[in-house]
Amino acid sequence: MSMATQQTQDWPGRYYHIDQILDKPGPRTDPDAFVGGDTARDFLRNQCKVLVIGAGGLGCELLPNLALSGFRDIHVIDMDTIDVSNLNRQFLFREKDVGRPKAIAAAEFVMKRVPGVTVTPFFGKIQDKDEEFYKQFHIIISGLDSVEARRWINATLVGMVDEDDPESLKPLIDGGTEGFKGHSRVILPTMTACIECTLDMLTKPTVFPICTIANTPRQPEHCIEWASVLEWPRVFGDAKKLDNDDPEHITWLYEQASKRAAEFSIEGVTWSLTQGVVKNIIPAIASTNAIVAASSVNEALKLATNAAPPLQNYMMLVGTDGVYSFTFEHERKPECPVCGGETVNMTVNKDMTVQELIEHLQETQNIQIKKPSLSTSSTSIYMQAPPVLERATRPNLEKKLSELVPSGTEITVTASTLPLKLSLRLTYS
Amino acid sequence: MIKIWNMKKAEGSGPKKPKTSAAQIRVQKDVTELELPRTMKMDWPDANDLLNFFLTISPDEGMYKGGSFKFSFAINSNYPHEPPKVKCVPKIYHPNVDLEGNVCLNILREDWKPVLNLNSVMVGLQYLFLEPNADDPLNKEAAQDLRSNRQNFIRNVNRSMAGGSVNGETFDRVLKDAE
Repeated sequence: MSMATQQTQDWPGRYYHIDQILDKPGPRTDPDAFVGGDTARDFLRNQCKVLVIGAGGLGCELLPNLALSGFRDIHVIDMDTIDVSNLNRQFLFREKDVGRPKAIAAAEFVMKRVPGVTVTPFFGKIQDKDEEFYKQFHIIISGLDSVEARRWINATLVGMVDEDDPESLKPLIDGGTEGFKGHSRVILPTMTACIECTLDMLTKPTVFPICTIANTPRQPEHCIEWASVLEWPRVFGDAKKLDNDDPEHITWLYEQASKRAAEFSIEGVTWSLTQGVVKNIIPAIASTNAIVAASSVNEALKLATNAAPPLQNYMMLVGTDGVYSFTFEHERKPECPVCGGETVNMTVNKDMTVQELIEHLQETQNIQIKKPSLSTSSTSIYMQAPPVLERATRPNLEKKLSELVPSGTEITVTASTLPLKLSLRLTYS
Repeated sequence: MIKIWNMKKAEGSGPKKPKTSAAQIRVQKDVTELELPRTMKMDWPDANDLLNFFLTISPDEGMYKGGSFKFSFAINSNYPHEPPKVKCVPKIYHPNVDLEGNVCLNILREDWKPVLNLNSVMVGLQYLFLEPNADDPLNKEAAQDLRSNRQNFIRNVNRSMAGGSVNGETFDRVLKDAE
């Protein structure tokens, strides 16, 4: 194709292959949900708004896959800038892009190559955006590299679900890779298992026993951990926090680790290993990213068009010995701190005290919580135990709720009789 | 159109608005259901911030009986995926605690799992005072003392707890009556 036609709109036959599955149902299509032809095409191409979180290894595969599948209103958010070490697998970036924001460079590249697609970048943290921002999307796909960010977006999306507004439920498709292993999963917040429900099964970072680090180092990694875990806080105390992204800090650690390695005749401490150990970097494999991103975008396409039932609900990929994949359904955890537990809305007198609320919770027929402890995200309203916390929060018992908790704020109630917690939202009359 | 929206309508379960972080909820649950033995005391500099507190252990048996040992706990928003960060506040003479207050307890690092809780960590810390472990030392001299001459080690423990020096190192006074 010549450059001239690339710059214009759709080329002939552009959607030929996608239309095969949009125009008529397949063997596994749900006939009640699928409306083929123009309806499916129109929703996918003109209405559906999708957000990609992360423009790194996975993001650079997700974006072109989405654009070429016919999604035309794509947004991307990423807080990083391009490093030269990204270029071996983040194929939307070139050497000239080093130092530029990933989201912006990725968006430009996809728009240049796939005419008619709008990719809107945001260079920043997902935490910078509020519910209003996330509300505008139909589907959210994440290609994140941290557990913390996953937990944050998961809790945000679960929190956005409003029973009176079905569209407030945003499907989250989460992809992840670690070397030759990966997963993609579909989360329907409040309906299927969320990130927090399955937190126990996440791979944990490699850590070495502190005594080994302190006394009997045998590997270069032990020397590096010694420098970052023991030496840094010993030398700098609280005055200077270790910043894993600061090259000068890494250099300092590298120098300390090298000295220690020499002392114990250990070889192999290098600057890049030092960076790898402190940032817990696992070498990324381009083909793992490609497989996981393909699966994730396939799920997005299925959700947007109902052309086929979505993944139920977790696909794991193990590429370490051959290529193995297995799909299974994660179940929701009743005691999940994010999507588990009931939310109770209650209207109370504006003069009600904390003490009266506690009595009310203990006595009300369908609640009946023994010894509840109450808090908001910023205030411990009343804690039943241990004695020191009980004493510290006891003065609140006499206070009016309306003075401690603004109307509509969520109160977290825990008690030994509850699986985990109950959420309480008060309005005052 | 996305089919699950219709499914959601039919199901109609309550909305969930977790403004309080999962870490906070877990800690509130952990903390308010602790049954502290007489040998443990907790206190919070700020009762509204459950994630940062102190634990004081006063062993009622073993070599460290009579001492009172304060630990700081700092829990970040990634709890329970990550363990709490625990440091011993006073400078003490103990094979598994170094002079900077780092503690060698497996469940605080390599053996931490999200199913563990604050209670497991607290019990683990208390155990270090009952059975100091010379095989996983952080304070090598103390471990060596324990291995080579138990009686001498006990004398050192007593001297250090009274604020004296051992092997040329002066320790903080941690005797219970000192408080």
